[in-house]
Amino acid sequence: MKRLGVLFLIVLRSMRQHALSTAVTVLAAALASGLVMGVFTVADQSKRAFVFDDIGYDAVLGAKGSDLQLVLNTIFHLEMSPGNIPWSLYTDVAARREVRYAVPYALGDNLYGFRIIGTTAAIHTDFEFQSGKKFALAAGRWFDEGHREAVIGSIAAEELGLKVGDGFQPYHGLQYLPGSAPHADQYLVTGVMKPTNTPSDRVIWIPIEGIFRMEGHTIAKGTQEVTSDMVTPDDWKEVSAVMIKYKNPAAGLSMKAETLRGDQATLAWPIADVMAKFFSKIGWVTKVMTLNAYLVVVVAAFTLLAAVYNTMNERRREFAVLRALGAKRRTVFSVIVAEASAIALLGSLLGYLVYFAILVVAATIVREQTGVVLDLAAVHPALLWTPVGMVVVGALSGLLPAWKAYSTDVAGTLARV
Amino acid sequence: MALLELREVKKGYRSPDGEFQPVLDVPRFSLEAREEVALAGTSGSGKTTLLNVIAGLLRPDSGEVLFDGKAINRLSEAKRDAWRAQNVGYVFQSFHLLGGYTALENVVLGMTFGPGPDRAYAQSLLELLELGHRLNHRPSQLSVGQQQRVALARALANRPRLVLADEPTGNLDPKHALEALQLLRGLCAEVGAALLVVSHDTRVLEAFSKKLDLSEVNLASYGAQTSGPTSGPTSGPTSGPISGPISGPTGGSA
Repeated sequence: MKRLGVLFLIVLRSMRQHALSTAVTVLAAALASGLVMGVFTVADQSKRAFVFDDIGYDAVLGAKGSDLQLVLNTIFHLEMSPGNIPWSLYTDVAARREVRYAVPYALGDNLYGFRIIGTTAAIHTDFEFQSGKKFALAAGRWFDEGHREAVIGSIAAEELGLKVGDGFQPYHGLQYLPGSAPHADQYLVTGVMKPTNTPSDRVIWIPIEGIFRMEGHTIAKGTQEVTSDMVTPDDWKEVSAVMIKYKNPAAGLSMKAETLRGDQATLAWPIADVMAKFFSKIGWVTKVMTLNAYLVVVVAAFTLLAAVYNTMNERRREFAVLRALGAKRRTVFSVIVAEASAIALLGSLLGYLVYFAILVVAATIVREQTGVVLDLAAVHPALLWTPVGMVVVGALSGLLPAWKAYSTDVAGTLARV
Repeated sequence: MALLELREVKKGYRSPDGEFQPVLDVPRFSLEAREEVALAGTSGSGKTTLLNVIAGLLRPDSGEVLFDGKAINRLSEAKRDAWRAQNVGYVFQSFHLLGGYTALENVVLGMTFGPGPDRAYAQSLLELLELGHRLNHRPSQLSVGQQQRVALARALANRPRLVLADEPTGNLDPKHALEALQLLRGLCAEVGAALLVVSHDTRVLEAFSKKLDLSEVNLASYGAQTSGPTSGPTSGPTSGPISGPISGPTGGSA
């Protein structure tokens, strides 16, 4: 045990003597280790967050087209809307026995990039963003469907600086175009939602009639347009999507078959499968990131090898003296391997800081862009095997310089110096 | 039985042009336990090679190196390392202290591969050598004389049975050289170690009652000596007396 302590001292002293190269190498190992852990965790967390396994609804009905675009547009509030479907499709779905609830979404406006969705009171009376979880208000009240009122998601409220009692004018389109003029309609913020840690936190909710009657929007049948003094006829209305919850999720199968046969709509069901397919399509991104991370590990390994190897010339005398004092060849070999491993270990420990920094930055970006919150406390197996792997890589990097130390000609070296 | 005995030990190297260059040719040399012997040898006389062969750092091409009657040269390298760590203390001309370690750590390090580190004993040795106030100083923070004393403490820390000193005073001024020599001899007597000193410094050699000319021990050194042997090589198995400036009884070896 005492001998181990002295060997530890030899390693420690050597690291202190070559403090700069040790620090640079530790940093390289830390970056490599942190990057590998970060890539694996962020990829895993993103997949979990976007594929959601405890989503509160089963399907999304929208215009004929890509079910992925439909999901991205209505759940993640990304991409463009694939188009509209007649109001009657919504009412038909809502009336079906197997449907527990159906919530219509009408899109087309934004407030400085935050989407405005027109919907019904069902958004707070029936809709569950996760199993058993309904939207709740942090302040104010829900909108009155007959008035120009709005309830704002937590991130939207925070970033726009809006609070209950404030007013705003929507902008046309799903994306904000700087310099564009807002609609004339003035909306009153009546409520701010509690955070849900879902993309809904970036949404501004208004009554669906507000979208239909927004200044500049045209609802017409043939040449006849809706006027301000008339009630919008149902067969003139259109919605962007309908969020559906079945009494039994398997009911989506028959409805999907129906929509496939028809030419009006697409049913994205099951939603998790759509997102899983999406992630399998973009799996190459994760692979490229992982490959990059591994390349950084290889660079770190070579940095470590070079750093330790470069000290060999000046340390040859040290090893020759140790050998003269009775140290075995395998002892000096072990010292070098232990030193390379220790540098890798230090790098791995520091790598946790790099990992947390990567995770915090990634989580902030994902939250700001999508509203999805990554779980910073999640423990991925990479958090364990990366440091272990890094130490193994470090030990392997130490083999060549260790061999040089092993082969030191003791008598010759001592005679030369 | 002699503590150390060399029989027909030969060692040479092949030069870059392929020619074999004999460096050591020791028909017989021996050293008793607790004995003190000084070998007079100049640069190129094979003195360092001789000490390295005795210390087991080099294996002779032929012949036997016996320690307590056991052939050291037949041991595997690892076993020679272990034997050296337990039995041999080595004092180098340039001290060879390790720059990154304190005086105390240098001594403790010397014990690590032998009986094991014993900080208390290492500290007591350094205090005995009047370095108690320099325990945590690194070699670069010590005077040359102090460095030499640390080197002595390191060589003696394992309580070796044989101490080899290669020009131990070569880097010291005359005053410190004699002091260091006294300390070395005193420490060897203290731990009961035999002492073999190789030097070309006449003041060092004069301090020993038994002194031999390396050219008489090592036949291969004849002709390599810059000053030449004082009485020519002997052909017998024992080392003969040296005439000339070095005087006093040599006692011969066993």
